[in-house]
Amino acid sequence: MTGNGRPMARYIRHAALFCALLLLALLVNATRVQIVRGGSYDENPANRRSTIARYGQPRGNILVGDGPITGSRDSGQRFRFERTYRDGPLYAPVTGFSSQVYGTAFLEAAADGVLAGTDPLLSPLPLWNDLTRGRNPGGNVVTTLDPVAQRAAYAGLGSRRGAVAAIEPSTGRVLALVSTPSYDPAELSGTDASVARAWARLNSAPDKPMLNRAVRQTYPPGSTFKVVTAAAALDAGVVRDVDEPTRSPDPYRLPGSSVRLTNEVEGCEGASLRYAFQWSCNTVFAKLGVAVGAGAMQGTASGFGFNDRELRIPFRVSPSTFDTRVDEAQLALSSIGQYNTRATPLQMAMVAAAVANNGAVRTPHLVERTTTGDGSTVATTGQRTLHQAMNPATAMRLRELMTDVVEEGTGTNAAIPGATVGGKSGTAQHGIHNSGTPYAWFISWAQSDRSLETAVAVAVVVEDAEADRGDISGGGDAAPIARAVMEAVLDP
Amino acid sequence: MTATGTTAQADPSAPVARPPRRRGVEFTLIVVAVLLSVYGYCDVGLARNGSVPPGVVGHGAGLGVLALLAHVAVRLRAPDADPLLLPIAVLLNGLGLVLIHRLDLETPADRAAPTQLVWSTLGVGLFIVVVVLLRDHRVLQRYTYVSVVAALVLLVLPIFFPAVNGARIWIRIAGFSIQPGEFAKVLLAVFFAGYLAANRNALAHTGRRLWRLQLPTGRVLGPVLAIWLLSVGVLVLERDLGTSLLFFGLFVILLYVATGRTGWIAVGLLLALCGALAVGELEPHVHSRVEDWQNPFASIEAGRGPNQLAQSLFAFAAGGFLGTGLGLGHSSLIGFAVKSDFILATAGEELGLAGLSAIFLLYGLLVERGYRAGLGLRDPFGRLLAVGLSSIVALQVFVIAGGVTGLIPLTGMAMPFLAQGGSSVVTNWIIVALLIRVSDSARAQGGRGPDEEDAR
Repeated sequence: MTGNGRPMARYIRHAALFCALLLLALLVNATRVQIVRGGSYDENPANRRSTIARYGQPRGNILVGDGPITGSRDSGQRFRFERTYRDGPLYAPVTGFSSQVYGTAFLEAAADGVLAGTDPLLSPLPLWNDLTRGRNPGGNVVTTLDPVAQRAAYAGLGSRRGAVAAIEPSTGRVLALVSTPSYDPAELSGTDASVARAWARLNSAPDKPMLNRAVRQTYPPGSTFKVVTAAAALDAGVVRDVDEPTRSPDPYRLPGSSVRLTNEVEGCEGASLRYAFQWSCNTVFAKLGVAVGAGAMQGTASGFGFNDRELRIPFRVSPSTFDTRVDEAQLALSSIGQYNTRATPLQMAMVAAAVANNGAVRTPHLVERTTTGDGSTVATTGQRTLHQAMNPATAMRLRELMTDVVEEGTGTNAAIPGATVGGKSGTAQHGIHNSGTPYAWFISWAQSDRSLETAVAVAVVVEDAEADRGDISGGGDAAPIARAVMEAVLDP
Repeated sequence: MTATGTTAQADPSAPVARPPRRRGVEFTLIVVAVLLSVYGYCDVGLARNGSVPPGVVGHGAGLGVLALLAHVAVRLRAPDADPLLLPIAVLLNGLGLVLIHRLDLETPADRAAPTQLVWSTLGVGLFIVVVVLLRDHRVLQRYTYVSVVAALVLLVLPIFFPAVNGARIWIRIAGFSIQPGEFAKVLLAVFFAGYLAANRNALAHTGRRLWRLQLPTGRVLGPVLAIWLLSVGVLVLERDLGTSLLFFGLFVILLYVATGRTGWIAVGLLLALCGALAVGELEPHVHSRVEDWQNPFASIEAGRGPNQLAQSLFAFAAGGFLGTGLGLGHSSLIGFAVKSDFILATAGEELGLAGLSAIFLLYGLLVERGYRAGLGLRDPFGRLLAVGLSSIVALQVFVIAGGVTGLIPLTGMAMPFLAQGGSSVVTNWIIVALLIRVSDSARAQGGRGPDEEDAR
């Protein structure tokens, strides 16, 4: 009994109201954290939940032929499933890596949505996974690769630095994509200290094993670029008859300069296009390029795919370049694959493929189709024509010229019995005053005598052909590799 | 009122209509609480291994027996008690065990759930002891000053033990870590209630008026200052921001309820503000907490990765509205203290905003029932005790839940019943036991009938 008349009950209610306000503050704040700001917290790069979820299930596989070339291993760690690779170094330029620490590259990156199971196309119902917080099992990616051709290319390069790209001219399917030296992407799977060591070692190695030379390295294409120049000259009407002598001097003084361009072979003075192509006369093609003009040369080069910054197969391909702002001397050098003309091996395979496919360049692609984990098709890569690089008639004449090269020119090493083979060799000098070891190039295509279509177009580049400088030639070092790849495709 | 219980029939001859006793309701709710906990336990196992865990029978039986014993004690010795208090405590404790068991799966080498079950058993044991032995809460008023001395001893004790993780709040005896500060909470609530019930007139009727605030005189300001100093002392010597905040908040609430003087609140807030600012600036441990609160992602921007608060926020965010489901979240990324201070993050991630809100509302209901018991009583001591004990729960929930969700600077404190921590669980069971006792008195007195104070 206090008897002072102070209504304690009222104050208790006030205090209760205060507690209710505290409760309300907690509820409002919880809503803020969990709902309003939830999205931005989920996406914070320091939040590892998405990474945990990503590695919480086996990743889908990349398939070559009918067999997977990848796998998943349950590590029992927080980032649970680690990537394994079958024939890792052989397929590394295609698969790239999938690393818990360093992310993904190449197909692992480009097809990540399907492989990781996040692609909405994998869902049985739209928005189903948003509702259930589920994640589909990883889907598979079926590649266009021909395992026999891939092996032939890898074995052909051996211990030498270089790259091979082979495509099917009529479809653009990539049949082989090899880069040497290579590495085993499995070394980068997982979170061990060895992963970091492997990463450091691979990145600092002088011969750059993680560089995908087939699509990410551009080389001066040298004489192989003469296919493009010839196509431009024929399309532009600068040359009407391949057997008509061109009025070209030897040596050829570059316009507006005192530099004299010479040849490695005899008989180039006033030679016909056929002879000049067969024996790779620099003077003739330099002069032809100038005669065609910078605009038309660039137009034809673009038609083959040069200067295309958008090409993806589905990973990005470094743009091959044909310089557009050149004077006549530079144009002359550009037209024989020097100066600022640079090309990836894939680009040069596309050049050969265009000749073999009536002048049409099909969009190159590595992914045949994607499937769900249990094999039903999710999406198929459509086959499209990227450009018409030249007139079909021009393509016919170039086929003839390229066939001559293999039959009796610089590319006899690429000849295959029972098949029509066309090719073009190149020996690209580079470095200051051409001091570097030249790159040996060979681009070619092959059509079985039993078939109506050209089965394969291939480009080979060998960086460090171990021979005296004078002996290095596309026909000598690169052509046998090209032949092995073509044989593998023709007669698996 | 239908006869939902087995014994809940009012005596028709009583002058004031007694509210039904509702022991049957309590029993039903306890069964529901135990089943919910068992369901959670199964859900963890199903989500993790696809099978019902083998320990489920032991878990369910253990919790069920404990709850049943507590229920029997209440039925025998506090038959008029509020029927919601015990089920809420059982549900929260059971949920806490499930969450700790679930986090144990992430740290197989460090299993905390069995220990927590032992402590829970001890807590329920003490609950029964209190309910059985303490026949009238007014007995406690006799021990007002004994309580404060005991509380001070308990608070000072850990200073002689080494600091653990930056705070001197533990003592280690025979392998058990005990936080004496937890028990001091109850003792201080008893002391505050006893002291204020005896002195509230003096406190309420003196002082000057300044603008609209009625300021207390210097003579009665002494005890307030003493408590303030105690809080700051705890803070500085033991680096325990949470406990000092709790003590001070508790005192201000009880002072206001006892006297109705807004002036006390003004003085209290002013002192708290000064203390908090000074300590926040000067004490590095506390200062870093304040900085983390202002910018939880500073360590990420500095390239040092997310700190615990950031990880906690990530966990809550990952829960969204419905949560990931028990056993399927990744709150273990928080690392240290995930089973104790940050237990709520696991609830937030795996049960979502829906589950988190439900937990908050359970606490809210527990506090509301405590306040209601206070309103139903006639003696000021009982009223203040009920309000004090409920406020301890409310403040504790606010301080730690607000801390881990980034509402206020984070301070180490145990989420009542949920968090790993033996002393905390035992203390909270004692608090619930006292609330049961108080509510039994309140309802036995005739529910919320008119009392002498409201009847003016």
